[in-house]
Amino acid sequence: MTAPPRARLLAGLLLAVLAWLVIYPIALVLLEGLRDPSGWTLRYVRLFLERPTEWRALWGSLWISVVSVILAALIGIPLAFLLARYDLPGGRVLGGLVALPAVLPPLVGVVAFLFLYGETGFVSLLVQRLLGLTEPPWRLQGAGAILLVHAYSMYVYFYLFVRAALFSLDGSLYEAAASLGAGRWRTLRRVVLPQLYPALGGAALLTFMTALASFSAPYIFGGGFRVMPTQIVSTRLNGDDRLAMVETISLTLLALAALWLFRGAGNVDLAGGGRKGAGPERIRVRSRALRVVVAGLGWGLAGLLLLPHLTLLLVSLVPLGTWTTEPLPPIYTLQNYVTLIQDPVRARPLLNSLWLAAVATAAAVAIALGGAILSASRRVRGGRLIETLLALPWAVPGTVFAIALATAFSVHAPWVGRVVLVGTLWILPLAYLIRNLPITSRAILAGIRGLDPSLDEAAAALGAGRGRTLRRITLPLLRPALLAGASLAFVTALGDFVTSIMLYTYDTRPISLEILSSLRQSDVGVAAAYGVVLMVISGAVFALGADRGGSG
Amino acid sequence: MSAFLRLDGLVKRFADTLAVDRVSLALERGEMLALLGPSGSGKTTTLRLLAGFETPDQGKVLVEGEDLTRVEPVSRRFGMVFQHYALFPHLDVRANVGFGLESIGVRGAERDRRVARSLALVDLDGFGERRIAQLSGGQQQRVALARALAPEPRVLLLDEPLSNLDPTLRERTRRELRDVIRRVGITTVLVTHEQDEAFELGDRVAVMREGRLEQVGTPDELYGAPANAFVGGFVGRSSTAEVVVIGSTDRGARIRLEGVEWDVDGVPGRPGPPPGPALMLVRPEALRLTLSEPAALPATVTGRRFVGPSALFTVRTDGGAVLDVVAAPQAAPAGARVGLMPSRRMGGGIHLFPPDGR
Repeated sequence: MTAPPRARLLAGLLLAVLAWLVIYPIALVLLEGLRDPSGWTLRYVRLFLERPTEWRALWGSLWISVVSVILAALIGIPLAFLLARYDLPGGRVLGGLVALPAVLPPLVGVVAFLFLYGETGFVSLLVQRLLGLTEPPWRLQGAGAILLVHAYSMYVYFYLFVRAALFSLDGSLYEAAASLGAGRWRTLRRVVLPQLYPALGGAALLTFMTALASFSAPYIFGGGFRVMPTQIVSTRLNGDDRLAMVETISLTLLALAALWLFRGAGNVDLAGGGRKGAGPERIRVRSRALRVVVAGLGWGLAGLLLLPHLTLLLVSLVPLGTWTTEPLPPIYTLQNYVTLIQDPVRARPLLNSLWLAAVATAAAVAIALGGAILSASRRVRGGRLIETLLALPWAVPGTVFAIALATAFSVHAPWVGRVVLVGTLWILPLAYLIRNLPITSRAILAGIRGLDPSLDEAAAALGAGRGRTLRRITLPLLRPALLAGASLAFVTALGDFVTSIMLYTYDTRPISLEILSSLRQSDVGVAAAYGVVLMVISGAVFALGADRGGSG
Repeated sequence: MSAFLRLDGLVKRFADTLAVDRVSLALERGEMLALLGPSGSGKTTTLRLLAGFETPDQGKVLVEGEDLTRVEPVSRRFGMVFQHYALFPHLDVRANVGFGLESIGVRGAERDRRVARSLALVDLDGFGERRIAQLSGGQQQRVALARALAPEPRVLLLDEPLSNLDPTLRERTRRELRDVIRRVGITTVLVTHEQDEAFELGDRVAVMREGRLEQVGTPDELYGAPANAFVGGFVGRSSTAEVVVIGSTDRGARIRLEGVEWDVDGVPGRPGPPPGPALMLVRPEALRLTLSEPAALPATVTGRRFVGPSALFTVRTDGGAVLDVVAAPQAAPAGARVGLMPSRRMGGGIHLFPPDGR
């Protein structure tokens, strides 16, 4: 059937909106970086190329990202094998705990690390006392600190991807390999690993892109060590807008190059529910001693992973000025939380973040749903283009988008699609919305692709028009995917730091900025309380999305 | 125009392939027609053209003279049972069956009454509250049928309605399906690749290959007088051999096969084959095994398989043709030398086509 005119009109409209939101701002940055008020110029490009600091920042971004991938793989892959293949005491609970770093928004994780391993952190002080040192045993600064945070928060990608791939392996593959006389190592090398390549590629790409775009850790811990995202922000603070644009272009090119290198990397169904039949049996660890050792290791690790969450909770209970030199805080109250709720100035960021995230999520879900429906019905041309545009912001670091939006929407020129949004309420929701398009549309597209297309036809054969089919059949069946997409988007927007720091106004300052300013004023209790609130909301929303998503 | 449902020269092209090639059919009101063919023969596309899910590149679909070719599926008032049923998993049985009724504005008590009647028709009274996932495959199939019939459509379309069922269930469900459709008296087109299904459910069967209609007829006609070697081979058991037609007789033709000459009966009313090389298609029951007749074609028994009271023998002639023959189970042991003769008792069952089989 040819597309009805209305669908074609909608597709055209959506394409135009997406091009305006996703492509246009970045294209503007590209152009503006090559101009100044007098016309076209390569001055800023030359400036960029001549300054060693720029090259150091670019190189720093690259190697930090590569090493982050290696570290995340070294932790995540063995963990996935251990928990997916072996039957350990409490393995199920452990499997869930290990994914917990995912509910820490980047800035909150960084703050927790500060409380733990910073100069006056719990662990640092403990080590200092145990060894009788007069100085803190280490300084949480520079590349090492950044890598520590990255390894902690990004191994989850490898863990989840590899685990899903292992679960979706046909159990009889192991049996077939065994019956053909292959030992455990040969089975792993020749049978299992080749099947994991797509998952490993996907996880590596995701980790690399996340590390490349990472801002919170380098911003807080970087010190003199610069990566490109922090370099861009500082250049912009110095007022060198056009140099910042050239830097932005260099970071974009680096991201696109990585995407091109990994273009074969696969998508993995993280729910692992795509296939029929039983997954492979878990192997029981027979030796009692080994069981104890392995279980001890597993739970020890889980404790280590939970330490940041617990620390935040602990610090959030400490009232301002009551904790000075003691190793553990002497007084615990709920004072910080009360302040958060009762003080209108402090409550504001919480409310801001909630409405900003809600608006951005609703809009992202609406656009992603429209795009997914249009691109899944093969009757509309341009479906693939819509899909590409929806996915594109994923490849672009948050800093780049912040600069791009700040560039595009700081000028009033409606006839070329530019209005002044910078400094208004609407720039942040818009930024969150664009950044959330890839995750929401990915979840919703997966949901739509999972629907039996003959359900639509059945509804049509039963005389239901498009509206009724959408309302009664498609949307109810998509509910799990919509919830999953919405919850991911909401949580990401709620914890956003990287775009917020460049685009917020006093009236829209979100939680992350308030955490930062509380830290600067040494009001660590309130900062931690914000962190806990963020963590709890994120966890609850995740659980809601996953629960509804799983039982649909 | 006497036909109730007419397909008039339908053509559908996908990229480079001609999925449906000038298909014309006419159904009387209340007639059941089975579209039979191997996968890729265009039968499902033809059904989808009928339903309106595909638009033909040429040709028309007419019901009682009304041209429906450009009418959206939503407004065709055709009922359809999908291969995998396409029951709405989030709605219960009642809401599934009532879905089409609401489309035509039937609501409230009247809807409930008609849902109950449809469920009773397929013998699922009292199943209204069940969730789809709680139903067996056979029950789901019946709910799909009840759902399609509830709005009283003009035409019922069935896409491989039994392919999703257990083989043991299939035969019983087939009978039930036929009985329900007969009772409703609705004009029906069904798609299947199973000959048994087509023969039991279809008043007439349309055999398709590569997008074209090869032959349309009653099961008897298709079996007794296949239009070409493909239909003969696809419908019922048969084997083929290359022969030479040497002349015609008053009942049929005289052929030579590896040095022996046989008189075979032709199909009444159909012209005999021209002299020269031909392809012989022969039903197993149209041959008999013999041990001593001089006109018999010498062959060796290579296999034997029981099919009820008789056995199906596979023999290889000295010239290399492989033929199936039905005979008493004890007629010959494997490896025995035998002779082959046309069976006079049956009459027919041996068909001669041009060497390319068309």
